[in-house]
Amino acid sequence: MKERFASGYNDFVLPFMLSMIFILVYLLVAIIRVIIQLPPKDRKRYLLSLINPVILVKDIKDIICDVLLHVKIWKRKPLLGYMHSSIAFGWFMIILIGHIETFLYVPERAGLLYYPIFFRFFMMETNHTLQGALLFFLMDFFLLVILSGIALAMFKRIRSRALGMRRTTRTTLPDKIAMYALWAIFPLRLLAEGFTAGISGGSFLTKSVWLLFSNFLSNDYHILPTWWAYSIALGTFFFCLPFTRYMHIPTEIFFITLKNAGIKSWHPRKGYALAEIYSCSSCGMCIDACPMNAQKKNLKYSSVYFIRFLRRRNRRKMEEIADKCLQCGKCVAVCPVEVDSCRLKLLSRERHRDGKIKADYTYLQRVNTVEPAEKRPKVLYYAGCMSQLTPSIGKAMGSLLDKASVEWSPMDKDGGICCGRPLILSGRREEAQAMIQRNTELILASGADTLLVTCPICFKVFREEYNLPGIRVVHHSQYLNELVKSGALKVEKEDTRMVYHDPCELGRGCGIYEEPRELLSKVCELVPAGHERDESICCGGSVGSITLSHEERVHITDAAVEDLMTNHPQEIVTACPLCLKTFSPRSAKKVRDLAEVIDRCSTSPEK
Amino acid sequence: MIDFGYGLTPSSAIDLDKMDRTHFEILIRREPDVLKCMACGSCAASCTAGVYTTMNLRKGILLLSRGQEKSALEQFRSCMLCGKCQLVCPRGINTRNLILSILKTYSIQ
Repeated sequence: MKERFASGYNDFVLPFMLSMIFILVYLLVAIIRVIIQLPPKDRKRYLLSLINPVILVKDIKDIICDVLLHVKIWKRKPLLGYMHSSIAFGWFMIILIGHIETFLYVPERAGLLYYPIFFRFFMMETNHTLQGALLFFLMDFFLLVILSGIALAMFKRIRSRALGMRRTTRTTLPDKIAMYALWAIFPLRLLAEGFTAGISGGSFLTKSVWLLFSNFLSNDYHILPTWWAYSIALGTFFFCLPFTRYMHIPTEIFFITLKNAGIKSWHPRKGYALAEIYSCSSCGMCIDACPMNAQKKNLKYSSVYFIRFLRRRNRRKMEEIADKCLQCGKCVAVCPVEVDSCRLKLLSRERHRDGKIKADYTYLQRVNTVEPAEKRPKVLYYAGCMSQLTPSIGKAMGSLLDKASVEWSPMDKDGGICCGRPLILSGRREEAQAMIQRNTELILASGADTLLVTCPICFKVFREEYNLPGIRVVHHSQYLNELVKSGALKVEKEDTRMVYHDPCELGRGCGIYEEPRELLSKVCELVPAGHERDESICCGGSVGSITLSHEERVHITDAAVEDLMTNHPQEIVTACPLCLKTFSPRSAKKVRDLAEVIDRCSTSPEK
Repeated sequence: MIDFGYGLTPSSAIDLDKMDRTHFEILIRREPDVLKCMACGSCAASCTAGVYTTMNLRKGILLLSRGQEKSALEQFRSCMLCGKCQLVCPRGINTRNLILSILKTYSIQ
């Protein structure tokens, strides 16, 4: 193997080289910009994470699994996973092996960026080339892998359903240009290497192309134009990169290091959020995930479009989507890049709220719903606003606590203070502090050591926003499970088929999937729903959405009920008063809360 | 004049010709649901804040539609946006957005 040209240069490398220099400078400036925008505390944290070996190992692992192999997509949609990883991993391997070849055969050219990319143009076969047969084989193999991925990508444009996606993202013009350039790169590489294979040598793929073409296109004049075309395709792709969704390729690597440093977004478009926005690959997984897609006209409210308008600074459309969002978190759960779009929407709500009338919560100081504890009850039960509309939950809960002989007292029997989460969800975090403060005072004054909550919305805010030293905040699904496990409650199995609906705030919001299932499987036959756990569908009643009308919510509720009915259960069980209230009027089967079901099936161990 | 303990109360009649509906029209554009209200009062009956304050959505909508902004607006300031009114509303009014829209549209002089 030896060099064909003493100069090691040809004009056709220019489009590639110029675009490469452009994109590298662009990325450097962008990374510096993000780091400068980070608040000093986060910046310090990030820089320290870069020298922390534990985080670095996790960074490398995540980069290999997410950026190259796309493990998360494989888990949900194998064919789609293959499509993404074949292109990403294949391309990476081609670049890597190209560099290895250059390093082995022409070490003096190792610093040149273009040399490994156009290796076969600059090199020619000698008698000893067989040494490189393995590398040549690998190069051809990965090129074939990429070509299969590109073929799938083209097919996905025609029939996305075949790859497991009902709907894909609407592409923009720059996206289209970059996409067609990307599709062109690898077939052109095959052609260029194929025409050159007579000189440079090749393996099973390129050599075959050469054998095929040499029969009727034996002229060597075809070599240079195809290399030019290949270089131009690469150049087009890299020049377009910053203005397209393909910017996620370099950004995601940087984003993973930020994410693993434990930084969170604090502004909808600056610093961490900027990296988050540019990491969105517009893959469209969130479109199928969004419960609002029960109506086709609501597809435009998917997270992917929110991110797109956020990126373009289109404030009107961005706010429209942010206010519609149910905050159910399903798009975040299925996102292969883990872009926390729900948080970005919330931050956008906080930032763009305008109101001339200031809230006045001074009256909260006069509210006193907790009687001074003489007996010091162990458990304080906070039903929450929604549970007051579903008194059956409170009644069942009281009965259960009495059966288990727990010392308890209610915190809001005749009306109490809201937990503050609905205000936070509508972008009024500061105002919510009034509620958080007063509730904290009341809870601490009660002298209880456990705060029992039947509403996941309250549960989440008590866990995340409240500072309750020495008090355990527990959801009734966890608490009842513990009571049954410890034998404080005796349950009997019923002969009923039930399906469990994961409330968004409890499941995706707090990560509680197992306890309610464990508990229910002791009292009934639990059948699976169509979509479960982190893929469960929002009931449609969420207080997360501001502008979603009742008519639109009904469609979501119907879709969720239909999904729950997949395995023909006799009853629907949920663990959230809001889900209960929303489902009840739209479901043909009876909807119950976990507490009601357990109350029905349990007895006190003393009797 | 001898004070007999009787007086004239100011008239509560509303002159529809002089009524300023500009703000209410903006409110209708922001949240058309406001027109659906049939003043049943379910919202006020279930209101969390209403237990402690004069917060009353039914009354508020009525007063705003009559142009009596001054007496209507004070009470909305105590709303905690808990959303119970939205769940009980038989007309399916998006009350949370309605209240937020009121806070956005009007201002207290």
